[in-house]
Amino acid sequence: MSKRNMDPKKQPMPAQPPEERRRNFREVALGYSAGQAAAEAARCLACKNKPCVAGCPVGIDIPGFLARAAEQDFAGAYEIIARDSSLPAVCGRVCPQETQCEQRCVRGIKGEPVGIGRVERFVADWQAAQTPAAQDAPGRKEDAPRMAVVGSGPAGLSCAGELARNGCAVTIYEALHTPGGVLVYGIPEFRLPKAIVRREIDALKALGVEVVTNAVAGRSLTIPELLEEYQAVFIGSGAGLPRFMGIPGENLNGVYSANEFLTRVNLMKAYREDSATPIQRPKRVAVVGGGNVAMDAARCALRLGAEEVSVVYRRSMEELPARAEEVEHAREEGIRFRLLTNPVEILGEDNWVRGIRCAKMALGEPDASGRRRPVELPGEFLELPVDCVIMSIGTSPNPLLTGATPGLSTQKWGGIIADEAGRTSLPRVYAGGDAVTGAATVILAMGAGKTAARAMLEDLEKGGADHGI
Amino acid sequence: MYRIQKKESLNPTVTRMVVEAPLVARRAQPGQFVILRVDQEGERIPLTIAGYDREKGTVTIIFQLVGGATMALDRLEEGDYIQDFAGPLGTPSHTQGLRKVAVVGGGVGCAIALPVAQKLHDQGAEVHAITGFRGKELVILEEEFRAASSRFFLMTDDGSAGEKGLVTVALERLIQEGERYDQVIAIGPLVMMKFVCQLTKKYDVPTVVSMNPLMVDGTGMCGGCRLTVGGKVRFACVEGPDFDGHQVDFDEAIARSGPYRQQERHAREAACRLFQKEGAR
Repeated sequence: MSKRNMDPKKQPMPAQPPEERRRNFREVALGYSAGQAAAEAARCLACKNKPCVAGCPVGIDIPGFLARAAEQDFAGAYEIIARDSSLPAVCGRVCPQETQCEQRCVRGIKGEPVGIGRVERFVADWQAAQTPAAQDAPGRKEDAPRMAVVGSGPAGLSCAGELARNGCAVTIYEALHTPGGVLVYGIPEFRLPKAIVRREIDALKALGVEVVTNAVAGRSLTIPELLEEYQAVFIGSGAGLPRFMGIPGENLNGVYSANEFLTRVNLMKAYREDSATPIQRPKRVAVVGGGNVAMDAARCALRLGAEEVSVVYRRSMEELPARAEEVEHAREEGIRFRLLTNPVEILGEDNWVRGIRCAKMALGEPDASGRRRPVELPGEFLELPVDCVIMSIGTSPNPLLTGATPGLSTQKWGGIIADEAGRTSLPRVYAGGDAVTGAATVILAMGAGKTAARAMLEDLEKGGADHGI
Repeated sequence: MYRIQKKESLNPTVTRMVVEAPLVARRAQPGQFVILRVDQEGERIPLTIAGYDREKGTVTIIFQLVGGATMALDRLEEGDYIQDFAGPLGTPSHTQGLRKVAVVGGGVGCAIALPVAQKLHDQGAEVHAITGFRGKELVILEEEFRAASSRFFLMTDDGSAGEKGLVTVALERLIQEGERYDQVIAIGPLVMMKFVCQLTKKYDVPTVVSMNPLMVDGTGMCGGCRLTVGGKVRFACVEGPDFDGHQVDFDEAIARSGPYRQQERHAREAACRLFQKEGAR
């Protein structure tokens, strides 16, 4: 047993300095050394009741892997994580640990919680550096159950991984030309290097998972068709439909949905000088919204060379939904936060954005979400001179697939209706992730994918998944 | 990877390709489009489906050389492969119940108008086709349109082929002669569609246009293709590309077609320089 580390603070995460990183797309957080990872892991008290595990949507045995990591047995640590998580290198980077595992960590009561995500990240990266990518592919057995997964984002990948590990022949259908979903089109390179996503997908392929790109479910193929070929289908098509505010000027040139802006930058690499995909290189940018996506869009705009980038958010810092570390990073890089500010009109000149007019807000009574509702201060407006506005006020599930799937029940707002295990209104059809919940986090989607995979296996075992909730 | 089975030049700036894409061919309908990427580094560009053969699993595309991506596509030859080819996307053109239709095509838009005209013709509808081009050397698909219509009019801006004048001249004449159309289908440059719609509104003839705005994914994800139709924001990639022409805000659509024109021109010039260099070798 290694010696417990009673330092009240986390091992600091080495990072690119703000003044340097604000102009490049390289990863911001550089990751621990083996020594740092072991020292951080040794801060774990190995509590008996493991509150952290209850905070993890996929239920990783956190004290278990930390104990191994503390002894620098990183292979052992990885083995424990991999039992429950398909994408540890991704989760170590993008999970909102402060509201999940780390929030419940006993060390957080007097000081900082154990940096669980940081150690997870180290362990996953260490493992990737050891193994040559090709593992022993189990290969598909002739009589293996055939399963289809629609969408290759976190929900789909996690579901596919769970099914493949349990002996199924899995095929993933992806609409875009590259698998990964939001991990490749949404989350920027500086937060989640795409090489890591590729590595995780290669690991799935090594398990025998087949990935078909350019296959648009609802258009190129339909769920009823898949049901003819596969024993069960999992829908993890995400929430990709961008919302706009419906204010005047939103169709001016220079107004982007965060989806479009981020897709151009991340998936199509428009930030590179040699990219074939064009993008505006704005000077002054307003990003509307306060989630992780807004932080990503703001920090991408900065890296494209913008002089001033403001996050415009209608509530206060306290309600801002983005992950604490992202907000912190954004601030360090010089992103301005214009709080209690709500756009009412985008101003244009010659068809291009020249500014954004906002109402000043105050917080009133709590609303349905429990957060205090922002109300306009009568007659108080401000005008920001900007040449680009990025709308990052949320996304909803894409109606393309549900519209083409008779009998699949959906919520009024478009989410697929599924029970806790992921069973939908259609027999042999399961769903999970943002397609069910609306826009949420990578780890919740992964959890849902895994849960649904278990239900798929269970129903298959029963010899006929003839449910329909 | 998607193999190019056939390639032919329809005019100096317009090329037709037949591509092996069974997943697209299986469900393709007139009015739908594909998104393709020429190579690993390529841009995603939408191209309307100009034809398909379900048995052979092939899809026909017709494209004009307008920027870096289409020039790169045109450099591929028969037997070469296109990196990505996704579809069919968009909502199919609505042709059911139409008995008499005027199909108006402008420039490379004729490539999109043709399968709609053919489908209507095959359904037994009376099809009048009007196609317009800047000049003789740009005329495409004349024989195909003649075969798919009972009356055919070829218009050119300079009178070097067919009749001198705009497509609206021919359309207005037909309406004034007493032709009563269930619908006019206009596919071509935004300005052409705008003026066709102004004309048909005057005569109260329902008109459908096919919009081809900028887009990235083509599945409703980016919202770059948004248009105002009847005062509402619509995504052309999912809800279109066909819309009621009398409801479309063309001036906004024209303004929104321009933001990357500068970069397109640079790409085109860079591609041209590249060709020159290769030619010199």
